Amino acid sequence: MGERSILIEFEPDIDKNLLEKLLNIKKLLEIKLFESKVEVINTYSSLLIIYMSNIENVYSAFSAVNEVLEDANVVKNHQPELFHIPVCYDPEFGLDLSEISLNKNLSFSRIINLHTAPVYTVYFLGFLPGFLYLGGLDKKLQISRKEQPRLEVPKGSVGIGEFQTGIYPKKSPGGWQIIGNSPVVLFDVNSDPPCEISAGDKVKFFPVSKKEFQEINDAVGTGKFQLKKEKYES
Amino acid sequence: MKAEIEVLQPGLFSTIQDVGRFGYMKYGVPVSGSMDTYSAKMVNLILQNSPDCAVMEVTQTGPKLKFSAPVEIVISGGNLSPKVNETEIKHNTIFRVQTGDVLSFGKRQFGCRSYLGISGGFQTEKILNSRSWYEGITKNSHLVKGMKLGYHSIVGSINNTYSSIKPESSYIRNQGIVVAKGPEFEKMPDTLKEEIFLQEFSVSKNYNRMAIQLEENFKNSMEPITTGPVVQGTVQLTPGGKIIILMRDCQTTGGYPRILQVMEQGMNSLAQKLKGDRISFRL
Repeated sequence: MGERSILIEFEPDIDKNLLEKLLNIKKLLEIKLFESKVEVINTYSSLLIIYMSNIENVYSAFSAVNEVLEDANVVKNHQPELFHIPVCYDPEFGLDLSEISLNKNLSFSRIINLHTAPVYTVYFLGFLPGFLYLGGLDKKLQISRKEQPRLEVPKGSVGIGEFQTGIYPKKSPGGWQIIGNSPVVLFDVNSDPPCEISAGDKVKFFPVSKKEFQEINDAVGTGKFQLKKEKYES
Repeated sequence: MKAEIEVLQPGLFSTIQDVGRFGYMKYGVPVSGSMDTYSAKMVNLILQNSPDCAVMEVTQTGPKLKFSAPVEIVISGGNLSPKVNETEIKHNTIFRVQTGDVLSFGKRQFGCRSYLGISGGFQTEKILNSRSWYEGITKNSHLVKGMKLGYHSIVGSINNTYSSIKPESSYIRNQGIVVAKGPEFEKMPDTLKEEIFLQEFSVSKNYNRMAIQLEENFKNSMEPITTGPVVQGTVQLTPGGKIIILMRDCQTTGGYPRILQVMEQGMNSLAQKLKGDRISFRL
């Protein structure tokens, strides 16, 4: 795409195995093309190689990429981390809880149970700095985006958009159905990398009360909050 | 010596930009950078700055800026009738400002964005390896009255060979935007594939650093795609039939079909367009 990037597309699919394959190739590309100064990003079924400056020789760039693609299946080198993220599902934050409850015929507590049960996979980050695209949502919770997107979704809002769930890292316009709010900071420009969580990692939500939400929020404010994480073994 | 520019009036929308924030797309951070990279490069070249020095991007109505110490400046790109105190200053030519001088802009002659380069570049905060302003990443997102911007003043003798080069400026008025086919081009109905290169489009009122939306409407029966990567210059076709050209502050992923990809030269032309300007796509 353009003079500075190469797009590699795979059969469109949203699948953990495909993600793993993409992340392996991504890692290999980063190593192989290190000298050319590139960034490689992935989405559900694509990889994009972005060169810092124009690609000088597109044929040698293509052949380098092809070499990587050919021996990509040999290695596995991604060790995901599992992050535990607190969410307050109080109706004060869960702006669309009532709507989902009516629509899906589920009680609030059932919605919370269904949302906190799975280990979600971070497919990629996009839309906003630090916005995680999480796959693995329970089918019972899948709901289409709002017909009229909100002009302002509050920072920390936890939402559902079709088969995906995610957290708005800052206030923004948005069309996802909002079910709660997380007090954690997922994106901080003063850290490098600015986001602890990256594509391939895992996320699990746990419910907190309004009081706990406030306590975590205060701890985050004074820099005392530490996101709980562990190595994830599949 | 450390010096400051004081913003007396902010104008419509001015930002500090450099070559962009590279390497953070994986965290969803837009690349940003000067909309018209050619003009930004030009001011740095004339000042013998390194190409990654930060410049000021001035949009349509310029600011009024006061310098606290002597320095050399160059302006290039769209012409917004710049002057220092009461003296009009020429584009693409080094001008030496003195302590207390005020740079202002007047009537727009042509183009949309003007670039102000300063020797050594603007010394504003560097966040994630770039000085490019972007809301939520840098503290500032556009010029505000009273703001102070750091720069290095020139002390003592300076280069006396005041060079003036004549850069190419025809691209500013260019209507033809050179593109390549996008990943979903072939999925378009055949009539659309032809029409997109025959029709003339005009820039709608929605044009900013993030995207330019075109006025005309297309009948579109294409399905949205699974969210995929997008880059600066990606041309999207929405389900409603609107054409959106992604510009420098665009998001990193998108779900609309990517029908075309604007080449770098075309991006610089687009950076100089405003509402009502006509454009056409060329392969």
